[in-house]
Amino acid sequence: MQQLFNFFIRNKTFVLFLLLLSCALSLTIRSHEYHRSKFIHSSNQITGSIYGAFHGITQYFNLKKENKLLLEENSQLKILVFNRENLAKTDSLLESTYNLLSSQVYKNSFAVPNNYLTLNKGQNDLIKEEDGVITSKGIVGIIDKTSKNYSRVLSILNTNSRVNVKLKKTNHFGILSWDGKSPEITQLKDVQDLVKIAVGDTVVTSGYSSTFPANIPVGSIKSYRLNDTEDLYIIDIKLFNDMTNLEHVYIVKNTDINELKALNISDE
Amino acid sequence: MNNLVFINISRFVGLVLLQVIVCNNINFLGYINPNIYVLFVLLYPVANNRLLFIFLSFLLGLSVDMFLDSGGTHAAASVTIAYIRPLFLKFSFGAVYEYHAVKFSKTDLTQRLIYFLILIFIHHFILFSLVVFDQNELLLIFKHTFYSSMFTLLLCLLLSSLFSNKET
Repeated sequence: MQQLFNFFIRNKTFVLFLLLLSCALSLTIRSHEYHRSKFIHSSNQITGSIYGAFHGITQYFNLKKENKLLLEENSQLKILVFNRENLAKTDSLLESTYNLLSSQVYKNSFAVPNNYLTLNKGQNDLIKEEDGVITSKGIVGIIDKTSKNYSRVLSILNTNSRVNVKLKKTNHFGILSWDGKSPEITQLKDVQDLVKIAVGDTVVTSGYSSTFPANIPVGSIKSYRLNDTEDLYIIDIKLFNDMTNLEHVYIVKNTDINELKALNISDE
Repeated sequence: MNNLVFINISRFVGLVLLQVIVCNNINFLGYINPNIYVLFVLLYPVANNRLLFIFLSFLLGLSVDMFLDSGGTHAAASVTIAYIRPLFLKFSFGAVYEYHAVKFSKTDLTQRLIYFLILIFIHHFILFSLVVFDQNELLLIFKHTFYSSMFTLLLCLLLSSLFSNKET
């Protein structure tokens, strides 16, 4: 026993180094698995408030572009309102299960394979994990961690991200994931080779999961090829969103999520 | 002595903030970001309490990780270079290091360049290996390591010569 202690005291630097290194490595490995990075994340009070303070300065750089985006969105909404009489009233019942909440992006990254965003809304605004995040142009990601005032978003530019999407023309669905390379291109997998697809086709959310409502735009088909077993397509999707420049986003809250979850549990 | 503690604390906080607020939003050519915070490890006084130094380096990496949501990748990389630093101090500065008399502001540029280059390269290689975390992507890891290292090296040399006072 004495010898053991002596050994530790003699090599205390190396022991400390190994201890800290294994700490860091275990955190790293946890962060590569979805929903596992529990301790070290940017949606806590300290990091959130620091990002918030500096965001006050940097947001001025994008004012012009943001204004233009908001104007575009406004005009689209105006068109919707003007044509409102023509729409069937039955739709409103379905749409009301989703609430929208606007939010600002405090931190965004796209240069590494696992990207996250930090938003300035949290539990105080009734944000929950699994809520979807979109912009006026397309989807951004899914809330994966919340604190009182801040929340973290698993970006679609994350190799762990999986979103259910479909082809707008034929309604065939597949899974949207990212290979970690270009921030403009994501991959759509699991679409059968029987489906007729063409470059330029639009891809939208499927609405099969409770996170996103159906028919939110995602991107357009840039190119496609068959996978190794030649029965499924791997489709490159060019995103409508410019993921490198996000400022205002909307959080989609599904008000029926508890009911849906209860149903799923009773199914199992 | 107190002055030295104060300098290192402010360097710690300042570099972390500079890293997460400015450097990680550069995205030069889409993905190249300098990791300027390693300057803390590089310039930490040579005559030191090694245990404290290693622990501080870990804390430095961990605080950057917390901001960037990168798990423990920065922590692992900086704790490693903190541990192996004496080896490369000896390699780059030779006899001067033996007497614990290295003052980074007084060393000449070539020695400092070699010392910075080696440690920054090791740091970035560990960092990107853990970030990419896929042995099939070795080329990608080397590409990221190379470009980011160059960027970091340049900024580190500039910053360290900008804030070194030659007279004292």
